[in-house]
Amino acid sequence: MAADLTRLLGHELAGRLRTGEVSSRDLTLAHLEVAERQNHALNAWLVIEREKALAEADAADARLAAARAEGRGALDALHPLLGLPIALKDLVSVAGGQCTAGSRILEGYVAPYDAHVTERLRDAGAVILGKTNMDEFAMGSSNEWSAYGPVSNPWNLDMVPGGSSGGSAAAVAAFHAPFGIGTDTGGSIRQPAALSGIVGLKPTYGRVSRYGIVAFASSLDQIGPLARDSRDAAALLHAVAGRDDRDSTSAPVPVPDGLLHLPGSDDEAAGWLRGKRLGLPREYFVKGMEPGVEARIREAVANLEAAGATIEEVSLAHTDYGLATYYIVVPAEASANLARYDGVRYGHSVRLPGGDFIADYLATRGEGFGPEVKRRIMLGTYALSAGYYDAFYLKAQKVRTLIKRDFDEVFGSGIDALVAPTSPSVAFKFGARTADPVAMYLSDACTLPANMAGIAGVSVPCGLSEGLPVGLQFIGAPWSELELLRFGRGYEAITADAPWRTMEPAQLALADDPAGPTPVERAAALVAA
Amino acid sequence: MAGLTRSDVEHVAYLARLRLTDEELVRLEGQLNHILDQYAKLAELDTSAIPPTAQTIEIENILREDVAAASLPVEAVLRNAKLTEGDFIVVPPILGGDA
Repeated sequence: MAADLTRLLGHELAGRLRTGEVSSRDLTLAHLEVAERQNHALNAWLVIEREKALAEADAADARLAAARAEGRGALDALHPLLGLPIALKDLVSVAGGQCTAGSRILEGYVAPYDAHVTERLRDAGAVILGKTNMDEFAMGSSNEWSAYGPVSNPWNLDMVPGGSSGGSAAAVAAFHAPFGIGTDTGGSIRQPAALSGIVGLKPTYGRVSRYGIVAFASSLDQIGPLARDSRDAAALLHAVAGRDDRDSTSAPVPVPDGLLHLPGSDDEAAGWLRGKRLGLPREYFVKGMEPGVEARIREAVANLEAAGATIEEVSLAHTDYGLATYYIVVPAEASANLARYDGVRYGHSVRLPGGDFIADYLATRGEGFGPEVKRRIMLGTYALSAGYYDAFYLKAQKVRTLIKRDFDEVFGSGIDALVAPTSPSVAFKFGARTADPVAMYLSDACTLPANMAGIAGVSVPCGLSEGLPVGLQFIGAPWSELELLRFGRGYEAITADAPWRTMEPAQLALADDPAGPTPVERAAALVAA
Repeated sequence: MAGLTRSDVEHVAYLARLRLTDEELVRLEGQLNHILDQYAKLAELDTSAIPPTAQTIEIENILREDVAAASLPVEAVLRNAKLTEGDFIVVPPILGGDA
């Protein structure tokens, strides 16, 4: 019984809560049990807050009981997330809890207030199970740059789940929670969703308030949902999206209620695809793309066409310049954002005898930051330094204009969405890319252009290659999240009978072994081999 | 091939307030030059007539009412500081000497 509950989708659990078949406490306990049992093998969670989660579950059960007593209308008015477990990436502030951002420099830090998304989740009545592992300050594509050890992919425990939201992705893929929150600066929601076989959406820049989120690259960072289907991702986006006065970049754009009403019927969801115009950007079939990934994407495109969508090859001519542009703009913004970690007001702090404050800063930051964060701070500081600003930062911002114009032209021509791979490869082994930063950066080649242009993208599972999940990406114009999720839902409907749909992550059972190797031990063994 | 020397790397590390070990300096010198080489690709594009993009979603003049509101309690703010005294955070002296 307990194991069955974790296999249900959020909207299925919500139905059972409303009929009174199960309580939030029951299903919270079921998810906590799996998360606690498997965290030794997966390291997806940096903290599991059992007592707080059960208190939130009891509060949700009380709200459900009150609504049930009041009648049908009151039950219908409850948010679909009420009483359902969620995993938060450990850069979302939850008052009174840790918020490490995967870094030693924030070890022991206690968040003094709730992030906007935390407040919205509390209003909806979601149950926060804990905080998930991530690349340090969200810098990475494999979760191997976490100061707290790597995360195993439930499909193959010797492999990465993607990153930087690798903990949330692994937790949702392993049935520890139906919902996860991630952040996406260059692909950090979509790429781990693809590599872990789940749905992940990066909303339009400005869709979700970043108040209370640890900042990385402020002109790109966005918060978004991870879930096991498009309907659940839509419900979670609905809960957290919308204008918030405390983040001046959050946009006063209405959040569509349609996010709560994606079709349950496969016929209706598939029928919506008829007559839609999908653009296939030829530059996204990049050099170095794995043949197995390309084959799954081409099959998915053929399925969409067979369902009545029109496929048109389009060109995003500046795609090849995205990576270089991104790796100037992002380190520049990161180096400025991370200047705040000075060891004075909070966080790791070294005070050397002698009272030389610069020596204190040097020591605090030298000890507190890990290798990828140092690399990006160095790149950003260099790119912004006197004499190089025009050649690097200003140049990159101009190329950013060209990248954005490519998208504007395609969407201006009447294309409803672009369809493309999410990642050029499936999950890779621990250590495969850590020695070569450029190889790691290439993991995001298909996702980072949407961040540069500020537009939305969603990754949905589209089958397996070499036994590992492949992600199909839909990219849309600003504020097109509902349409993107309808494409996702439509694709789910037309592939509802595909055998891979019902397959569970291949090595999930291994994660139950309390004596098996941890991800740290697996990674060390692979490096030694 | 970008030409960042060891002493350039040390200088940037000082500007960024990062104390790096010799091993880190050696590794970063190679890696930063390799990454900077990738940037050279951007020189292919003539951008002389292209305006820069700093912010993608054109929302301007977002203002709020200028009204007083409660801020965090002092205890909550001080809780994470390593050194405090009364209602203050003890900061390192920045004006030098024994002043």
